[in-house]
Amino acid sequence: MDTIAWRDVTDAGEPPPSDDRSTFTLHINGSDRKLTLDHRTTLLDALREHLGLTGAKKGCDHGQCGACTVLVDGRRVNSCLLLAVAQEGAHITTIEGLADGDRLHPLQEAFLERDALQCGYCTPGQICSALGMLDEAADGSPSYVTEPGTAAAGGPVPLDAEEIRERMSGNLCRCGAYPRIVEAIEDVAP
Amino acid sequence: MSHAPQPLGEPVVRREGREKVTGTARYAAEHHPAGLLYGRIVPATVASGRITAIRTADALAVPGVHTVLTHENAPRIEEPDDPVLAVLQNTRVPHRGWPVALVVAESLEAARAGAEAVRVEYDSADHDTVLTWDHPGMYTPEKANGGYPAVRERGDAEAALAEAPVTVDATYTLGGLHNHPMEPHASSARWADGHLSVHDSSQGSTTVRDTLGQALGLGDDEVTVVSEHVGGGFGSKGTPRPQVVLAAMAARLTGQPVQVSVPRRYMPALVGHRAPTVQRVRLGADRDGTLRVVSHEIATHTSRIKEFVEQAAVPARIMYASPHSSTVHRVVPLDVPSPSWMRAPGEASGMYALESAMDELACALGIDPVELRLRNEPATEPDSGRPFSSRGLAGCLNEGARRFGWYERDPRPAARQEGRLLLGTGVASATYPVLLSPSAASAHVAPDGLYTVRVNATDIGTGARTVLAQIAAAALGTPQDNVTIEIGSSDLPFGSVAGGSSGTASWGTAVHKAATALVRRLAEGGTVPPEGVTVTADTEEEASQDSPYSRHAFGAHFAEVAVDSLTGEVRVRRMLGVFAAGRILNARTARSQFIGGMVMGLGMALTEGSTMDPVYGDFTERDLASYHVPACADVTDLQAHWIDEDDHHLNPMGSKGIGEIGIVGTAAAIGNAVRHATGARLRSLPLTPDKLLPYL
Ligand code: FES
Ligand code: FES
Repeated sequence: MDTIAWRDVTDAGEPPPSDDRSTFTLHINGSDRKLTLDHRTTLLDALREHLGLTGAKKGCDHGQCGACTVLVDGRRVNSCLLLAVAQEGAHITTIEGLADGDRLHPLQEAFLERDALQCGYCTPGQICSALGMLDEAADGSPSYVTEPGTAAAGGPVPLDAEEIRERMSGNLCRCGAYPRIVEAIEDVAP
Repeated sequence: MSHAPQPLGEPVVRREGREKVTGTARYAAEHHPAGLLYGRIVPATVASGRITAIRTADALAVPGVHTVLTHENAPRIEEPDDPVLAVLQNTRVPHRGWPVALVVAESLEAARAGAEAVRVEYDSADHDTVLTWDHPGMYTPEKANGGYPAVRERGDAEAALAEAPVTVDATYTLGGLHNHPMEPHASSARWADGHLSVHDSSQGSTTVRDTLGQALGLGDDEVTVVSEHVGGGFGSKGTPRPQVVLAAMAARLTGQPVQVSVPRRYMPALVGHRAPTVQRVRLGADRDGTLRVVSHEIATHTSRIKEFVEQAAVPARIMYASPHSSTVHRVVPLDVPSPSWMRAPGEASGMYALESAMDELACALGIDPVELRLRNEPATEPDSGRPFSSRGLAGCLNEGARRFGWYERDPRPAARQEGRLLLGTGVASATYPVLLSPSAASAHVAPDGLYTVRVNATDIGTGARTVLAQIAAAALGTPQDNVTIEIGSSDLPFGSVAGGSSGTASWGTAVHKAATALVRRLAEGGTVPPEGVTVTADTEEEASQDSPYSRHAFGAHFAEVAVDSLTGEVRVRRMLGVFAAGRILNARTARSQFIGGMVMGLGMALTEGSTMDPVYGDFTERDLASYHVPACADVTDLQAHWIDEDDHHLNPMGSKGIGEIGIVGTAAAIGNAVRHATGARLRSLPLTPDKLLPYL
């Protein structure tokens, strides 16, 4: 229960552009957001502190944990390692953009059903990462554990549990939900 | 929607799961009121000494920096009970990483640049940060963590060891370990109209409220602390941490809301750690495996500002029957960060040593390690002599051995190979005490027959909301959908901390009591008035009663490992845990907790290592790139099962705690499997290739 709900204020009263700040547009979850931000602002901080999109989490701010994973032009990235200003024009998908109204994305459904989470802090990153990973495999990108010749050239790499575990190892979960994360992704994988 | 009351134990889906998978669940650093400022901690860069000067002009000149708090200008606070919270009060530096300033700025970027620009001069003293068995500063404290006596003696352990036909004398060494919950510790604080409101990443916001009130001279009704969603804690958020005091101070000084997050690599110094231990275990037995004596001695460290003694010898007091026993803790204060709770403090490290020693004894005797444990089952608790309320160890060992296919193993070491891989299996026992803390709850019914239950429980990922709603619904005799549950705010009836695997038992007892009182009230007849009927209850009395029973959960871990004979890499192929923890109240969330504990135990065994740098005087592995928590690929076939226990000496739900036992004994089972695979008995963790290679 949040007994001290604070009215959130985002991108209000941002200072104007200067040598240290630029104005640029990000396409986020289907809508265009114009921002004037400090050049040092990471994509993660732009989402969390300036756009009110706190679904992407800050676990380390150094590219070590994957909690900040979002999709940039369809590819999974650690948003803490990208400068927001450098993403001008990019299409960004965050966890907030996955459900279709009240209808959850199949991965979100599977995570719920499999209880593939506990504290939930790594969860948005896991789900975004899984989404990007499914596309990578569909596009035929091999992983460390892919046996050469498994996939026809350019064809999809079949995803068994070992492939999923390997490909999801950039997303740490200190609650140890891994076995269930793998099950949830298996439920959705082709 | 179901319409019939559901019995306890149903695998109900987490209530807040939808918010978590859609990213709408808000954690402590995710509130953004108008005028929000960001605080960045400046850590001490010496391990011991005094601040002689702090120059803040450069920091204040950074655009966007609002103010810099130091010991010179920070608000004075009443001395807190926990010395780790007395930040910016004086010039003393008790360890590297201690906060010496807080830069407050309009943006995260400015705060960070400002923190870089603060210049601190120190009069540094020689430091001593290395734990050794015979450190001259070592002393025997009165008590260890949890209030356990530091020393317990039964019979004459030394004489029994001298006479025993078979003995094991082994010393095990564990470095420090770090909790590293995925959500770093964070607080957002705001003062308005004389009231302090805080969003804190905490395992118990009642305690945080009380602590802030005491430190800042405020009454209970002048402080509200909310911990609605918490990104894990594993003990490190079980006590208030410096960032909440800093956020409150900065908000008071600036008159604006302030958020302070602890950067990941500052966490090892500021949020507690599992203290390193050197543990000597001596066992003496007859040739048939009957134990005559168990001796477990611990040497550990604490900080200069507070005594915290990892109670690692405590489990040896209840595990196995033996006429003679000696369990002793010793501690040395060093110039190190203050150790504290990390998942199963005491049990996790102590059972690594004891269960490794039991394996060594089994090898020495040529007795199967499961059988050795079964032969030493006590009739009553060895230490207190009290009867066990229930003791499921034998059941867990037998059930686990059956499920795992344990007896198919060839007991000889290094007998199984697959190409360059050496395969082996290992077993270890687990235990965790049943704890209960006082809590209060209220139950309300509205005229439309819908219920609201309030208790300041904290859901750190355990599924507390869900299980408390189940407990309430069962007691009220109503479907769970008719029950709203409110937790996570200090304005609610007080709740104990989410720690010691005691949350569900403690809050649940209060919820059950309030709910059954409401049912009785309603049974008296009459209609429910428009404002509804509310009944409150607290469990001070239940929690203060000493049980005539020894109450513990038990478990057994089985592991199969493959050791690469060329690289020394250990992979866990299979891991199976069986637990006896009373009645399991939600099969879905309980399984997740057991599995989560086992995964952390796997990390303790294989990947998590923290070394104390004697020159620099700090932990070397401070971030997630160097301190390796298990990743997805480390966890293959990992299963948790349980044996239902019908124990009437626990609480109205019949439950024991489940949050910690999963990590207890895991590392020993893996270490014992590595010994079976290779013949090499390593007595320090983690079992990294550099340690194994010399034996391969
Ligand atoms: S926060 Fe970006 S990888 Fe950890
Ligand atoms: S669910 Fe807590 S870190 Fe993954």
